[in-house]
Amino acid sequence: MKKEILNEARIQFPSCSANESFARAAAAAFAAQADPTVQEISEIKTAVSEAVTNAIVHGYRDRMGTVELHLRRYADNTIYIAVKDKGSGIENIEQAMTPLFTTAADEERSGLGFSVMESFMDKLRVKSAAGKGTTVTMEKKLNRREK
Amino acid sequence: MVKLYNDGKRITAALSGDIDHHTARLMRAELDDVISHSHPEMLIIDLENVGFMDSSGIGLILGRLKAMRENGGDIIIKNARPNIAAVIRISGLSNLIAEGVRT
Ligand SMILES: Nc1ncnc2c1ncn2[C@@H]1O[C@H](COP(=O)(O)OP(=O)(O)OP(=O)(O)O)[C@@H](O)[C@H]1O
Ligand SMILES: [Mg+2]
Repeated sequence: MKKEILNEARIQFPSCSANESFARAAAAAFAAQADPTVQEISEIKTAVSEAVTNAIVHGYRDRMGTVELHLRRYADNTIYIAVKDKGSGIENIEQAMTPLFTTAADEERSGLGFSVMESFMDKLRVKSAAGKGTTVTMEKKLNRREK
Repeated sequence: MVKLYNDGKRITAALSGDIDHHTARLMRAELDDVISHSHPEMLIIDLENVGFMDSSGIGLILGRLKAMRENGGDIIIKNARPNIAAVIRISGLSNLIAEGVRT
């Protein structure tokens, strides 16, 4: 069954690190329409920050490129987030998603980004092809607060 | 931003703002500077004024923890907000979080 989309936004930005805070603030502002709790908002911000940072530091390791943030709000009060880069791609997705696995230990990365996304969001899917790029798709169902 | 309170053996680094990949670099330089110049026995990282931290902050803390422990020192984290404590828990560093440490 296809879910009804109540609202949708696509934002593209260059892979400079200053856009990490922009991207998570944009996602938080978008999700705010669904009346999330403070905790839900900060979980969404953290997950987006992880995915966008990965696109910037791993995807576009030696160059600049475009990162796309795709946001959707479904009628069942689910927030959908996709972060897409056309960078290096991931050779072995299963290995990359293993907690503590990192290819950038010398840059003080600790291999926790995917673990954070997984624990803060309800769904996490990674699509990637070496040399072509990576798309990380996440969903989170917001539990409506009592008004 | 990093504000330092130094009483010789213990140094409190009060961080403020967001900690992400973009901001961690500057904080790292400032913390490494104080570690290598003052050789504190304890580095207390105060997160009271940090509203956001992702795994880049874990890398920042882990890197400093290594440097401190190499010289027999240690790190304590205090005043982490719930969302940040959750990230710290995922990283397995919750044992560094101090309850009610006074400095
Ligand atoms: N967009 C991407 N493009 C290319 N490789 C990626 C991408 N995202 C993740 N990876 C690969 O997956 C690994 C694991 O990612 P993860 O976010 O879990 O950890 P990390 O980024 O290495 O460290 P941390 O997020 O804790 O700072 C990365 O080290 C990298 O090799
Ligand atoms: Mg990461």
